Amino acid sequence: MNEPRITIHSAVAIDSGMDAVVVERKLSPFERLWASATIRKTCLVVVLGVIWQAYASHVDNPLLFPSLSETLKSFVDHSIDGTLPLRVWSSMKILLMGYACGTALAAVMTVLAINTQIGTDLLETLTAMFNPLPAIALLPLALIWFGLGSGSVVFVLIHSVMWAVALNTHSGFLAVSQTLRMVGRNYGLRGIGYVTRILVPAAFPSILTGLKIGWAFAWRTLIAAELVFGVSSGHGGIGWFIFENRNMLDTPAVFAGLLTVIIIGLLVENLIFRTLERRTVRRWGSQS
Amino acid sequence: MPETSSLLEVCDVTLRYKTAQSLVTATQRVSFTVDKSDRCVLLGPSGCGKSTLLKAVGGYLVPSEGEIRIRGKRVSGPGADRMMVFQEFDQLLPWKTVLQNVMFPLIVAHRLTRRQAEERARAYIEKVKLTRAVDALPHTLSGGMKQRVAIARGMAMEPDILLMDEPFAALDALTRRRMQDELLQLWEDTKFTVLFVTHSIAEAIRIGNRILLLSPHPGRVKAEVDDVEAANSTEGGATRLEGQINDLLFMDDAVGASHE
Repeated sequence: MNEPRITIHSAVAIDSGMDAVVVERKLSPFERLWASATIRKTCLVVVLGVIWQAYASHVDNPLLFPSLSETLKSFVDHSIDGTLPLRVWSSMKILLMGYACGTALAAVMTVLAINTQIGTDLLETLTAMFNPLPAIALLPLALIWFGLGSGSVVFVLIHSVMWAVALNTHSGFLAVSQTLRMVGRNYGLRGIGYVTRILVPAAFPSILTGLKIGWAFAWRTLIAAELVFGVSSGHGGIGWFIFENRNMLDTPAVFAGLLTVIIIGLLVENLIFRTLERRTVRRWGSQS
Repeated sequence: MPETSSLLEVCDVTLRYKTAQSLVTATQRVSFTVDKSDRCVLLGPSGCGKSTLLKAVGGYLVPSEGEIRIRGKRVSGPGADRMMVFQEFDQLLPWKTVLQNVMFPLIVAHRLTRRQAEERARAYIEKVKLTRAVDALPHTLSGGMKQRVAIARGMAMEPDILLMDEPFAALDALTRRRMQDELLQLWEDTKFTVLFVTHSIAEAIRIGNRILLLSPHPGRVKAEVDDVEAANSTEGGATRLEGQINDLLFMDDAVGASHE
């Protein structure tokens, strides 16, 4: 019988040729800059700003559509005289209070839901009932129950945050793979230890999504609540600032108020949530 | 409790599970024992309930008849005295590095201090030759490396018995072969007890010193092969044994009985 033949190709002979293959090439500075999402997005914002400025100059009617420069000027003026920071602070205080309470309640609900069948049923029924209900629709009722203070706004904020966070966290828990669950139980983990050390990190991508959605809902609800009913509570927030300036036909200030909402939203998204994402789900490879 | 010499005793275990339509009997009155330092392999075609049996030993399923005892104590739930190594690559906690993955059960189940846990974890990671990757996160590892971490994690716990559920089935053929050799090498070092589930006859012969053949629908012990190493030491022995086992597995029950 013939033996199989083996021919060995010498790799050295190929590589030692004059025109060696470029295995790795340094990226040019421009390519490296363009790879950063922050830079790309900043460019986009600048372009949008330029379009705004150009269109506003063309319209030339500050009462209807103030230009970017007028808006910025109003923003700076109101920041320096202290009205805007004060409004932001009073909005933030209520927002954080409602957000924290809403998330805490959502956590309690989902832990109950993951451990007992009746808890699951309760959560599913309640989210199905209340999630589609606009928080702002509850405000008139809340005003009757809790009076004209921050209590009623916090109440509607909790309502707007809680269901979104609970729904996402719960579906995240349900999506944790059977293998990971078995691994956790193999370690003898039970009850709250099992939830915090296995389920929460494993479901973290969904939890994070829930927190982001909850945050956005909370902002919208707060601004809307202040716009509609902020008049009655003594020291209003940004919504009240917008409302007040609209009444005085100070449109650049209205724009400055809106701009503030946008800036805070961008800051929270990019500084807090993005950092959280980079340190957790991206690092773990659970999200690309 | 009667004091017995066997480490693991499975006595007349019947396992049933419910599907939406029916109650399925996965294994019927299966009995076997595993002694210390055994490499016992559960071998059978799919549907013979070998994985279900392993999960019952792991404590995830309660037998509807019979009982499972480990060191004479009845198994009543999952526990760290029986560490599982799964087939799936996602069995490592993705938010922990290799080192942390091995350390974590040592801390939560054995209540070791961080220092002790780290020391022991590093020793076992070295055993599976992953020292270079101690600080890597699981998603950056290859399938074979992930399984090595899972094995290191199981061994570091120094359990009474290591339960392996087709740990190499999802690997490519070359890696699988290498992992089998490494597992045997590890066994030479520490002589741990392992209960290994596979559907590959060749793997069973390479890994085990004892093989339990299960027949399907429902799972029953059909035959038991002892001293499997003897086949590996003689030339062509492994191939011959493979043929014999193959015949056994694919014969009718009646013929199988007369063979015994």
